[in-house]
Amino acid sequence: MKTVHCLADMNIGETATIQAIHVDTGFQYRLNGLGLRIGKTFEVIRHAPFNGPFHLRVGNTELMLRRQDAKMIEVLM
Amino acid sequence: MKRIALIGMPNAGKSTLFNRMSGASAKVANWPGVTVDLLSSKLLLAGEMVELVDLPGIYDLHGFSDDEQVVRHFLANNTVDLVLIMANASQIDRQLSLTLQLKSLDMPAVLLLNMADEAKKMGISIDAEKLSAELGYPTLLLSAKYGQGYAEAYKTIESSLQHSRARPAQSLEQDFAVDQAMETELDSIVKHSVDFPVQVGNSTTEKIDRVALHPVLGLPLFFGFMFFMFQAVYTIGGPLQEATAWLFETFRDIALVPLLSALPPLLNGFLIGGVYDGIATVASFVPIIIVFFLFMAIVEDSGYLSRAAFLMDALMSRMGLDGRSFVMLLMGFGCNVPALMGTRTMRSRGLRLLTMLVIPFSLCSARLQVFVFMTTALFSPQHAPIVLFSLYMMTFVIVILTALLFKGRFNSQEPFALELPPYRLPTTRQMILRGWHEIGHFLKRATKFITIGVVMVWILTNMPFGVEPASAASWSGIIGEFMSPILSPAGINPELTIALIFGFVAKEIVIGALAVIYGLEGSALMTGIAQQIDWVQAYSFMLFTLIYTPCLSTIATLRAEAKSGWFTTISLVWPLTLAWVISTGFYQAARFLGY
Repeated sequence: MKTVHCLADMNIGETATIQAIHVDTGFQYRLNGLGLRIGKTFEVIRHAPFNGPFHLRVGNTELMLRRQDAKMIEVLM
Repeated sequence: MKRIALIGMPNAGKSTLFNRMSGASAKVANWPGVTVDLLSSKLLLAGEMVELVDLPGIYDLHGFSDDEQVVRHFLANNTVDLVLIMANASQIDRQLSLTLQLKSLDMPAVLLLNMADEAKKMGISIDAEKLSAELGYPTLLLSAKYGQGYAEAYKTIESSLQHSRARPAQSLEQDFAVDQAMETELDSIVKHSVDFPVQVGNSTTEKIDRVALHPVLGLPLFFGFMFFMFQAVYTIGGPLQEATAWLFETFRDIALVPLLSALPPLLNGFLIGGVYDGIATVASFVPIIIVFFLFMAIVEDSGYLSRAAFLMDALMSRMGLDGRSFVMLLMGFGCNVPALMGTRTMRSRGLRLLTMLVIPFSLCSARLQVFVFMTTALFSPQHAPIVLFSLYMMTFVIVILTALLFKGRFNSQEPFALELPPYRLPTTRQMILRGWHEIGHFLKRATKFITIGVVMVWILTNMPFGVEPASAASWSGIIGEFMSPILSPAGINPELTIALIFGFVAKEIVIGALAVIYGLEGSALMTGIAQQIDWVQAYSFMLFTLIYTPCLSTIATLRAEAKSGWFTTISLVWPLTLAWVISTGFYQAARFLGY
């Protein structure tokens, strides 16, 4: 049974599907452009040191996302 | 004249295509409705001249960053006959969204899927014909970097241009009615025409990232890599600089001096001791700059800069900045001007201004010339690269200090996400183009600032008539003496003061000015300066040069980008104050300790 989590709580190597994105419209456009859309599946590759950003892979795109902004994204895993 | 606009996401290879299509003829131009300059070029397609405009790389036509607004305003205010959409073939699953947005605007377009070679290697197969049929746009695979697929692309562009119906300038806003359906459409198109392997990803990139982004080793590796790079620039560029300086000296002694000996002494002195010595001294540093930019080209194109952003973002966020600010600082090592323009991707004004406030502290290639000159003159070959590296580290110290002091004033809550593209190497062609571009850039600055600068310095050091050049009685001596109460606590003598004053216009003038003031060139100039000042004064002078005020072009760019008089004032006054405090502090402390 899959449950809803916060992206910021995900561990390295875990995969999840995006359920909801609670950010301002401008940033939502940016995330969409980078491939982070509702329904897309992604993987957490690593975290940067000092509580730094997440390194994610969506499809064939790799990107970094700040921990603080990752809190705004609900995922299903 | 028909007009083609080039649109694509960042990292899609748009500028590579633009450079290939335009050759070297690109020009900066103003456009209706657009406040920034865009590159454009005229080229011959299907027997007629066509204008090609390079628009900034964007993720989304709706976005709120300056870059995205530029594209929107351009399309709303200018008639476009054809749009060339550049997309990365291996990321077609997301990059196609921009194409669909343009399609909803009824924009006549051709879709170019770049990096087809890379996609193929990853096992991604794209049915271009099927894609073309579904999109209603001619679609082609190519490799802008290696030049594959160009002939085909040109043919398609030419025929599309002949048959396309231009989209007249009109507002975009009402055109954005349907958007939700687009995602479904995108997924279905990709499903029909693209075949992805089960396991996507770039294994080489993964392997490099495991080391480069290592939680403990990542940052030390980054700084170690930077040290290695600057050491290499110094080791390779140093002898080249000496050789070039020797060539200029020899040319002066065997050709110029005999040739101009018939001229009256004052004119002769002006031409040789002023114009020639000044420009030749500056020009002798061009090889170092080229070597430097070749390394920069590799780093910029490699994808490592966004890794630096990833590694540094946590630290930068504590200073009110983000990973992009750090990348722009690194870009600023080349030249501060494009680094300032690079802040256009930031949406929050606070973040953008704070980043623009710290970029001018970035030790740019013009300042590098001054420092290579000074360190070679005053330090041993073993110590010189370390001294140089310490100045690069000083950039970061000043940036941290400034950001921490001003972050309260320039507040930002901007969220931040950045693509980490696969690692790539530039081709030899791209590197040669870069080197060539830097020579052109130097010549432009030489004709504009450097010549005028050294001429002015010559006048100041040789006027009024009959004075001993650069003596206390000359104009430069008078100015130097006048400034002396302010700058002598920092160990900066009247000669160096004049150089600093002209360095305000462009840092390249500093060494040209020293050549004119001391009446020496090349190695003789270095020896002459080493006899006059010691290493403590030299380091204090370098600290001042690093911090005080970026060149005039940087200030002009800063003003244009910030559109604020008080911000421009702060970014003039603060560095000037800081330069004085730090140089004086260093000088007095070193003297106090007995150096």
